Amino acid sequence: MFGNKLKVSLYRYNPEEDKFPYMKNYVIDKPERDIMVLDLLHLLKEEDQSISYRRSCREGVCGSDGMNINGKNGLACITPISSVIKRNKIELRPLPGLPVIRDLVVDMTEFYAQYEKIKPFLQNETTAPEQERLQSPEERDKLDGLYECILCACCSTSCPSFWWNPDKFVGPAALLQAYRFLADSRDLKTQERLEDLSDPFSVYRCHGIMNCVNVCPKGLNPNKAIGEIKSMLHKNKKDIIVSDGV
Amino acid sequence: MNNIFTNSIKKIEFDALIVGGGGSGMRASLELAKSGLKTAVVSKVFPTRSHTVSAQGGITCAIASADPNDDWRWHMYDTVKGADFIGDQDAIEYLCSEGPKAVFELEHMGLPFSRFENGRIYQRPFGGQSKDFGKGGQAARTCAAADRTGHALLHTLYQNNVKEGANFLNEWFAVDLVKNSKDEVTGVIAFSIENGEVAYLKAQATVLATGGAGRIYASTTNALINTGDGLAMALRAGFPAQDMEMWQFHPTGIYGAGSLVTEGCRGEGGFLINKDGERFMERYAPNVKDLAGRDVVARSMVLEILEGRGCGEKNDHIYLKLDHLGAEVLNSKLPGICELSRTFAHVDPIYEPIPVVPTCHYMMGGTPTNISGQAFTRINDEDHLIPGLFSAGEAACVSVHGANRLGGNSLLDLVVFGRATGKHIQSELKSGGGVDSATKSDIEKSLERLNILNDSSNGHDPADVKKELQECMQNYFGVFRRGEFMKKGLDQLNELKEKVDNLHLKDKSDAFNTSRVEAIELQNLFEVAESTAISAYQRTESRGAHARDDYPDRDDENWLCHTIYDPVSKKVSKRGVNFEPNKVEAFPPKVRTY
Repeated sequence: MFGNKLKVSLYRYNPEEDKFPYMKNYVIDKPERDIMVLDLLHLLKEEDQSISYRRSCREGVCGSDGMNINGKNGLACITPISSVIKRNKIELRPLPGLPVIRDLVVDMTEFYAQYEKIKPFLQNETTAPEQERLQSPEERDKLDGLYECILCACCSTSCPSFWWNPDKFVGPAALLQAYRFLADSRDLKTQERLEDLSDPFSVYRCHGIMNCVNVCPKGLNPNKAIGEIKSMLHKNKKDIIVSDGV
Repeated sequence: MNNIFTNSIKKIEFDALIVGGGGSGMRASLELAKSGLKTAVVSKVFPTRSHTVSAQGGITCAIASADPNDDWRWHMYDTVKGADFIGDQDAIEYLCSEGPKAVFELEHMGLPFSRFENGRIYQRPFGGQSKDFGKGGQAARTCAAADRTGHALLHTLYQNNVKEGANFLNEWFAVDLVKNSKDEVTGVIAFSIENGEVAYLKAQATVLATGGAGRIYASTTNALINTGDGLAMALRAGFPAQDMEMWQFHPTGIYGAGSLVTEGCRGEGGFLINKDGERFMERYAPNVKDLAGRDVVARSMVLEILEGRGCGEKNDHIYLKLDHLGAEVLNSKLPGICELSRTFAHVDPIYEPIPVVPTCHYMMGGTPTNISGQAFTRINDEDHLIPGLFSAGEAACVSVHGANRLGGNSLLDLVVFGRATGKHIQSELKSGGGVDSATKSDIEKSLERLNILNDSSNGHDPADVKKELQECMQNYFGVFRRGEFMKKGLDQLNELKEKVDNLHLKDKSDAFNTSRVEAIELQNLFEVAESTAISAYQRTESRGAHARDDYPDRDDENWLCHTIYDPVSKKVSKRGVNFEPNKVEAFPPKVRTY
């Protein structure tokens, strides 16, 4: 239909000019070689300075350019256009469920607030040794698949439970980090961490929809981590009942 | 954001202000957040998007884990030698001797280091590492969290800043330093990228922790945000830069993308070819060929390109041939490179060569500081501290890397000196130190640049000018330098200066206007590029990363020194190298062979 042209349908919104957001179509020559969605945005921005999006490392490690690409969340910098073009068309929207500041830039305040809520730092009040705290390779292995999160928000913003309760449901990204510290042999606040998560919303709003797993650009599995937290919570509850002598 | 006047902008006061939320900035802020001083980090990106996140291999430090007899003095020797003897030995001594403390602190903060069987931090061998002052063979001194050490380090620092309640002005962009009549630094002019609000962030201590500026080159491993903002602000304020000719290049960055392709490819038997398919390294280094030193390989590649034997449509890159190794070797030994190459070069190295170019990797130069992070200027060939101004990390030149940085020393640099800077500011401010206020006209001066850009109704397109600048630097001040080429480059930069001063900002809106940020970043890149070009032209020798084929030898008689670039006169002067460490005898210069 467009021959050697590529149609890019881009979500546009500038709060100073637009009453409502709208989709703007750009038709460009199809790049000769396969490029990343981020490169495509650079090309468009050369033509139209007013297009706004976040970007930094351009190699998939900083997490700046999470966006919704033809209906699926991903990082623009490591998504080749060949993998997403449908009938010579690409549609780019901001991450769903968060307020839009401008164009593809979303307000991530709520996402970061959930991250801070799980106390994303090692808690160990014992006096630190002069050297490092020891940790066996097996204990360290438990952190693999957890610590690599880049906070791009692709997972949490693809999660219907997070869309529904962004203030109360911690969301897959922050829960992955909650488990990263629960799983760390050096962290001593397991009990407190579990208590903080034991209400009906923080963890239990996860219904295993698995969108988070499907979109994670780093191949991580928040759903599995949430399952581990749920097991710990169940076990913890039982332990409390037993220790209470009930 | 129309014409901004001093009366109309908000003033926010801090004790200490840190510009930059990468490793060094967040290590400094952590120290200050714990102190009770009113501190803020101004970062143009959310802190975990900073370029520290891209560091892979590790943090080099003699923690004596892989080898219980390891000694920080051996690390010091390697670093002095790697620097080609123009690293300051008092600073290198501090780096290597304080390093273990700083690394153990990171572990206590939760950094998920990889581990040895005995539970201690995993260390791996890196280039330029030795035992027993070069006499005891290869050392393994680089502490690692798999191949994601920078990511683990940056996130750990952010997490601990959250823990200590540190104050962040995220997605705020610092435009210029504010100076009072006594030439003291009293803070910065900055604006919120989110809504365009401009503010004078007043501080008793301002720390430039803005990282490198690899984006002055067309091809770099650096993030898009590495535009040397802090260094450029200091230059515009009239403060000097040191050793700006010293840029580290890696021979094999992916053409067009800049992502690094490990030297291990050539270790496995891969080699470089030009457009005629010739294995040209046989001509330049008949014995070790493609495994010659990084500077030698990179220089040879540029010569091939300059002499018209580059590959591709524009004859502007080289091929790294790996297909003869076979699918089995590639899939088992170099799977990461295969993936990277497929993602970023769109070629499968099993069948096709990878297009590569020598790629700018690290800025050894920067704002000169002492080991407490205090920035200084030069008056009558003597160091004079600049009240209120500090710098740490890649933005600073303390100088521990001299003419060539060793792998794994950058992460150590940023935690050791970020920490030292934080500690120093704390003691200085608590003992009553500080700076005088700036007047209205002082502040107005720092708003000038923003106002000119906001008023622009015609002029040059920033995207076009940036490309010209990057190509100029890539062609004339890259890996390999020659006086006559650099002269051409300097002329071109002079022409570009007029364009950089007359940019047209078409989009004047306030909400998340990335065009405004990019235009200012371009001006920052120009400042850094100009200081690089002038310094490189002046240093008439080859040392470390500064390789000139019109002056191929190291010249200790004339150039065993730092260069100091003065942005006002645009002249270069010399500054002595420190050969007075406190705890050990100095390492005297000698011929550098490996």
